[in-house]
Amino acid sequence: MTDQTHDQASHAEIDESITSRQEVSGFAAILRTQPFWVFMAILTLGVVMSFVSDVFFTERNMFNITRNFAFFGIMALGMSAVICTAGIDLSVGSLVGLTGIVTGLIMQAGYGIELGFIGCMLTAAAVGLVNGILIAYLKMPPFVVTLGMMSIVVSLARVVSDNKMIYDFGPDMDLFEWIGGESVMGVPNVVWIMIVLTAVFWWVWRYSTWGRWVIAIGGNAQAAKLSGIPVERMIVSVYVVCSLCAGLAAFLFVGYTGSVTNGMGFTWELTVIAATVIGGANLMGGIVFALGAPIGAALIELIRNSLLLAGIPAMWQQFFVGLFLIIAVLLEQIRNRGGK
Amino acid sequence: MSLLELNSITKSFGAIHALQGVDLEVSAGEAVGLMGDNGAGKSTLMKIIAGNFPPTEGAIRIEGNEVTFSQPLDAREAGIEIVYQDLALCDNLTAAANVFLGREAKKRIGPFKMLDYKTMYQKSGELFAELKSETRPRDLVRQMSGGQRQAVAIARTRLSDPKLVLMDEPTAAISVRQVAEVLALIKRLKETGHAVILVSHRMPDVFEVCDRVAVLRRGTKVADKRIDETSPEEVTGLITGAIAAA
Ligand SMILES: Nc1ncnc2c1ncn2[C@@H]1O[C@H](COP(=O)(O)OP(=O)(O)OP(=O)(O)O)[C@@H](O)[C@H]1O
Ligand SMILES: [Mg+2]
Repeated sequence: MTDQTHDQASHAEIDESITSRQEVSGFAAILRTQPFWVFMAILTLGVVMSFVSDVFFTERNMFNITRNFAFFGIMALGMSAVICTAGIDLSVGSLVGLTGIVTGLIMQAGYGIELGFIGCMLTAAAVGLVNGILIAYLKMPPFVVTLGMMSIVVSLARVVSDNKMIYDFGPDMDLFEWIGGESVMGVPNVVWIMIVLTAVFWWVWRYSTWGRWVIAIGGNAQAAKLSGIPVERMIVSVYVVCSLCAGLAAFLFVGYTGSVTNGMGFTWELTVIAATVIGGANLMGGIVFALGAPIGAALIELIRNSLLLAGIPAMWQQFFVGLFLIIAVLLEQIRNRGGK
Repeated sequence: MSLLELNSITKSFGAIHALQGVDLEVSAGEAVGLMGDNGAGKSTLMKIIAGNFPPTEGAIRIEGNEVTFSQPLDAREAGIEIVYQDLALCDNLTAAANVFLGREAKKRIGPFKMLDYKTMYQKSGELFAELKSETRPRDLVRQMSGGQRQAVAIARTRLSDPKLVLMDEPTAAISVRQVAEVLALIKRLKETGHAVILVSHRMPDVFEVCDRVAVLRRGTKVADKRIDETSPEEVTGLITGAIAAA
């Protein structure tokens, strides 16, 4: 009798210890993530650069670096969601041009910044919606759909802008340029926005059902569907989110440069996808890190900046971005093989 | 009145006739074994009951009312839970996340609803313990053994209190000890008035827990007998076709 109660007690203990056990502890888990290693690469590059160039660690240079990558960081946050579903969005770069033009036209006509912003985001949402519907409901491959959309959007931007540059933003011009170009407490506004968005995405990926379901779809869309997750609607929402991030980046970027042409954002999708993948996203889907997006974007900008300061011709920039992209994917492959 | 009643269910995939005029009844508190050769149509029948796809012809009745399921969620809402043969798990999520997939536990903090990890870990831990499975709720399914994965899929059906549990080869990859636990679970389900359909190639399992056994051969039901009126030899004969029908 006593034996039995003792036996039961130890069973309960074992069950409890199994329940709370985990393959790897919190810190070890962080060590295994790609964003962590990319962050280490950033620190290393920073240390090296501080010896190479006196200018590197100046406030001015830091300010420039962070502001420059914030635009890509914001877009990469949205791209992470798309890539998490094993999709891709090639239309974000040209969408920056179109939404920038739309914002410019609305504000130039004197409608003010609120309408400019709303028009920008609605345009972005519409493009995301079309992408999403074609991919989710008509089961078309994301690569082809968004490649086509890229071409359509570039063309639309040319038509809508009548191939003219816009540099007059009407009555709210000062506020518009302040948002995109100025800073609060020494940190550029766009960086603040990126930080807030990153925090929001971090929360979404960790604590929201939307985030959980997107990750599930990336892992096994069929299983997600069988579990009652509205897979098609989720995929549409993911492409809308990605486009909205591009729209937001465009809105800020136009404010920063103080002018917009329909060529703005051209080929940005490559940098954004590179940043997302360097930040740990897996093109096979199912993996996402909120922090990966800004970290990946930061590394790319840092490479650009370092080459510049080290006196290496800017022509080499794309070479190194490509190199890092390949190394990042290679490292992930090696880690995955080690884990299996 | 039976809990589930299938009337001449037919299913064709193009030229393939996976099921032809299958009738089946299951009552509350009853377990029915569904046996048949590979490709006989067992999984197809399970998926029709679980709302994965509609039958080409035929009717499904639950407690006497005809139902049409346009998606798995409809079947779940009608009180049907299923363990799929391929388990249908997301490898990149934890065991607990898989158990709760599509019906996550949430808690409210101010205006925000957020995932309630604590509740999900605890509840799935309890479900695994009930199955005597050493499955850790926090582990990713990717790194789990076949038996642990099966435990996750079975634990999922225990989240609600369904009327009917469909198990498509739930004991295919697991150890003797866990087979015993799954069989014990089926017995408990019966005692508490649940109905179970067990698809299995393991004759002893079916004869241990089922009240009836139905045999499918090339999409047609060739036998439906009480367990105490048949024998493993007869069922084997029916499956292979050595015995035409019974
Ligand atoms: N989605 C589908 N499309 C086309 N044919 C299918 C589909 N699903 C099943 N079939 C066919 O229907 C038949 C029955 O398959 P089913 O999976 O139901 O067999 P089963 O009895 O579960 O076999 P097993 O014991 O191997 O699991 C097979 O010939 C199979 O090829
Ligand atoms: Mg099967």
